[in-house]
Amino acid sequence: MGSHAHEWGATPMTATAAVPATALAGLLRSMADDEFVIGFSDSEWTGIAPLLEEDVAMSSLAQDELGHAAALYGLLAELTGTDADALAYDREPAEYRHCRLLDHGRGDWAMTIARRFLYDSADVIRLEALAEGSWAPLAELVAKLVREERYHRMHAGAWLDRLARSDGEPRDRLLAALAELAPDAATVFTPIDGAADLVASRIMDAPMPDLEARWRASIGPVFADLDLPMPPPATDPERGRLDHGADFNWLWGEFTSVRRADPGATW
Amino acid sequence: MSEAGIQIGVARARSGMIGGRQPARAPSAVDEAAVRAALSEVMDPELPMLSVVDLGIIHRVDVGPASGTAPIRVEILPTFVGCPALEFIKASIAERLAAFGRPVEVSATFEVPWTSERISPAGRAALLAAGIAPPSAASLGAAPALIGLEPRVPCPHCGSRRTVVENLFGPTQCRTIRYCADCRQPFESIKSV
Repeated sequence: MGSHAHEWGATPMTATAAVPATALAGLLRSMADDEFVIGFSDSEWTGIAPLLEEDVAMSSLAQDELGHAAALYGLLAELTGTDADALAYDREPAEYRHCRLLDHGRGDWAMTIARRFLYDSADVIRLEALAEGSWAPLAELVAKLVREERYHRMHAGAWLDRLARSDGEPRDRLLAALAELAPDAATVFTPIDGAADLVASRIMDAPMPDLEARWRASIGPVFADLDLPMPPPATDPERGRLDHGADFNWLWGEFTSVRRADPGATW
Repeated sequence: MSEAGIQIGVARARSGMIGGRQPARAPSAVDEAAVRAALSEVMDPELPMLSVVDLGIIHRVDVGPASGTAPIRVEILPTFVGCPALEFIKASIAERLAAFGRPVEVSATFEVPWTSERISPAGRAALLAAGIAPPSAASLGAAPALIGLEPRVPCPHCGSRRTVVENLFGPTQCRTIRYCADCRQPFESIKSV
């Protein structure tokens, strides 16, 4: 998975004294795990999406997200002297740090769209906060990710609009999904250890609570226009990337199955 | 989806042909222009009508001193972060440049982002001739809209602007599927990134 990550030779990967390596590693792990988990969740639709177009779309989205995860795991591996594949596949379920928003199982189509919209809208705020960052390897990658995520937001936004404006079952299912996700909706912005160091070293332009405020400002008009309830604050903000449930344990079993069946295998 | 598989098959065959007729050049003939000319013969596996030069993914070529045994270094820009063809492209470049008789190092970098504006005019013409709409300049640089679709892209078959997006996503990461209301043909376009 991370085979080309070691070759980004143009930019020195060394963590200088100015780089808070521990906090940066925590940030990279949370971002990589988010992209990895939503990518695998989306791939669960391959072959069974409600429309052929969405079969293609969800498969392509999954490919994008797994590619983003591979690149982020690659940076994390360089920073910490570990291996990208080991980071992706060799940890126990409790060691993953994706946000609880992505912990929910695939659910129905409305659940997938609700989760995607909440995640994509939050992810872009996080990426924009990193785009001008002082650690070049991450800022360079983010410049690329932002361009791709634009398509993800268009897709999720168009579907949110379509479901929300439908009377009856589509809107009811969307409301049910948003209600189920509500306690975890804001967990992309779970505080990370050492965030103050990331802001002080200008890797990130503001702490997580500020980013959550930006996110709420960005989705507020959309939710108002569609008469949808705004997500409440996370119920347990400190544990927003912990305590993964049965749905994730099942997904973990799926995405590690090949790796566990034949440890060390290569393509 | 099968179309992509066929195209990759074509590219593999073509790459093999290139590898099989490598000219025997003396190492002293190595200069950057010669290397770039050779790169213009390496085709993208997913868009086999485009060379890696026309696709705009060649970031840097370094041949070192004109004579000697310094490695030829090529840095390429991935079109998409998760592009599955990246390793194949790197191998194709290394295979073609091996003809120069020097070590070849091909690496990928995000030092600058590849954008669809990097596709050359010749590359855009080749896409159009193959029935794939080139990236739309109109939507480049625009502020990303939370909801909304890209501006209408002219049909590559009849030129009509009465086209709609069928699917933002297509058979490869870089393509969108559209439909022309006038000639009633589906077509693909390159995403504007």
